[in-house]
Amino acid sequence: MTTLPAIDVTGLDCGYDGKAILSGLNFSVQRGEIFFVIGGSGCGKSTLLRNLIGLLRPLAGQVKFSGESFTNADAARRRELLRTFGVLYQSAALWSSLSLRENITLPLEEYTELTRDERDELAALKLAQVGLTGYEDYFPAEISGGMKKRAGLARALALDPEIVFFDEPSAGLDPVTSRSLDELILAIRATLGTTCVVVSHELDSIFAIADRVIMLDKQARGIIAAGDPRVLARESKDPRVQEFFHRAAFPEAAPNSH
Amino acid sequence: MPATPATPAPCAVLHEEDGVLTIALGGRWRITSPRPAWDPPTERTPRMIRLRMDEVEAWDSAIVLYAFTVSRWARSAGVGFDASALNPAVRDLLQKMEGARETIVPLDRSKNFFTVVGLIASDLWTEKKEISHFVGECVISAGYLARNPRKFRWRDCLSEMQACGAMALPIVSLIAFLVGLTLAYIGAVVLRQFGADIWVADLVGLTMVREMGAVMTAIVLAGRTGAAYAATLGNMRANEEIDALETLGIRPVDFLVIPRIVALGVMMPLLALYANALGIIGGMAVAAGVLDIPPTAYWIEMLTIVDLSDVSTGLIKAFTFGIIVGISGCMRGMQAHRSAAGVGLAATSAVVTAILFIIVSDALYAVIFNILGW
Repeated sequence: MTTLPAIDVTGLDCGYDGKAILSGLNFSVQRGEIFFVIGGSGCGKSTLLRNLIGLLRPLAGQVKFSGESFTNADAARRRELLRTFGVLYQSAALWSSLSLRENITLPLEEYTELTRDERDELAALKLAQVGLTGYEDYFPAEISGGMKKRAGLARALALDPEIVFFDEPSAGLDPVTSRSLDELILAIRATLGTTCVVVSHELDSIFAIADRVIMLDKQARGIIAAGDPRVLARESKDPRVQEFFHRAAFPEAAPNSH
Repeated sequence: MPATPATPAPCAVLHEEDGVLTIALGGRWRITSPRPAWDPPTERTPRMIRLRMDEVEAWDSAIVLYAFTVSRWARSAGVGFDASALNPAVRDLLQKMEGARETIVPLDRSKNFFTVVGLIASDLWTEKKEISHFVGECVISAGYLARNPRKFRWRDCLSEMQACGAMALPIVSLIAFLVGLTLAYIGAVVLRQFGADIWVADLVGLTMVREMGAVMTAIVLAGRTGAAYAATLGNMRANEEIDALETLGIRPVDFLVIPRIVALGVMMPLLALYANALGIIGGMAVAAGVLDIPPTAYWIEMLTIVDLSDVSTGLIKAFTFGIIVGISGCMRGMQAHRSAAGVGLAATSAVVTAILFIIVSDALYAVIFNILGW
């Protein structure tokens, strides 16, 4: 296996209508890493995510997956690259007219030569992996919010991607469900060595599962801190970083450093 | 991931010894690329199948699927299956896959004939109740706002008037003109046989003023404005904006519905009047161009039959239709389910409800005006 980073971002400017919200971003995500993009509301976390997954075009700079440019790829190559990652959207974005099985088999139908039976077996496996064994015939409207997120993750895993992007996975979930989703992220990484990129501002999740974080800031329009969140919380001198990590009480991970 | 130049294809090498069939898997297993097929041994059934994956460079669900196929065959053929040499993660996934198809969380969507009939009947009853309820709420709100005019949202009402009235002028003009034109052509075909061409003026004038002006405008507005109201309110429902009004103690009907209904109630008669005029001009154009009737003659002939009572019956209808379009649009929007599909359904159902009630009330008016001799 190559040692190239799973994602490499160089000189990335992103924003809307030619106006950059974030500029000059440089960072890379290693294989098998659980990488968090954190920061307060409106700092551009979601914009960055949309640039990484190709929903928005960078204003400048580029995004590379395993050393290969995603930004400059031609249409055919881009399609190839698209299937190497999965995305769990904030609202799970399950297709409401399809059952959970069909939600998962659709990408398989699109990209593989598997037979219908094999696809169904895989859908059952993916649902079992996220703890929804036996829910194949349910429609998204018939399951709860936490289950939708799990099913969304099962769909993101359908093609065994190397990278899974999570957009605010804990949004709208109770702490227990949110915690179980964190565990699921760890389990997926342990089983398949998947690289996980999580956009979140949930301190509990950050301290529980993140290997490394980058913190974005609205005023700085870029990265103001990077590294292990536990170390950052303890040792960073930057008041913005301190404010972010210590806004919520989290005794073990955020000991008093004053 | 980008294809490395020399990607070793996945392979499965079979080797039998003492009745133990060892399958050595190797290469890179990717779900998106082809994988070796499992051909069950035909000559001699082994006693045991053992899977190994020491030579595997990379794997994903593809290898699990292969192992699953083999294990299923082994079970059906009564052959022992040994997965102990597999990577623990693969073994775990294999177990999950085997367990997955045995568990089914029961879900009953079946309905028998009687249930369906019962549901339809109860839906109809609920529908009737909901409509009465909503109309009642509107009446109460209207009464309240009439007593407290300062609470009425004049600004919203004016902007709705602009949206449903002024901005609808182009489409109403086009449709009314074409309806007048069509009526004149049809009238001409019949009347010409009796040399009564001039009566085209009466036909077009009376039909537009009493009937078509109001009905066509109402149908255009049901599609244009009624659907928009349903979508807007449906979206607000999905966004919890309506809940936010309720928890503030503001009746959503006062705030959102009455201004819209008033806007339509005011604008619909005005638009219908305008449609009447354009319909008559449409008829006049055909008369002048095809039947050689000069516009003055057309006008004078029309005035002999169309009088103020005809115009006012048309306007009474138009006012009613305006209220109907407003109520159905707002009602469907307020009842919308909190989802993207719910908003779409609300818009569709607003148009259907509005057109249904427009036609029904038009027929009622025909009977009433006939009895009253208007």
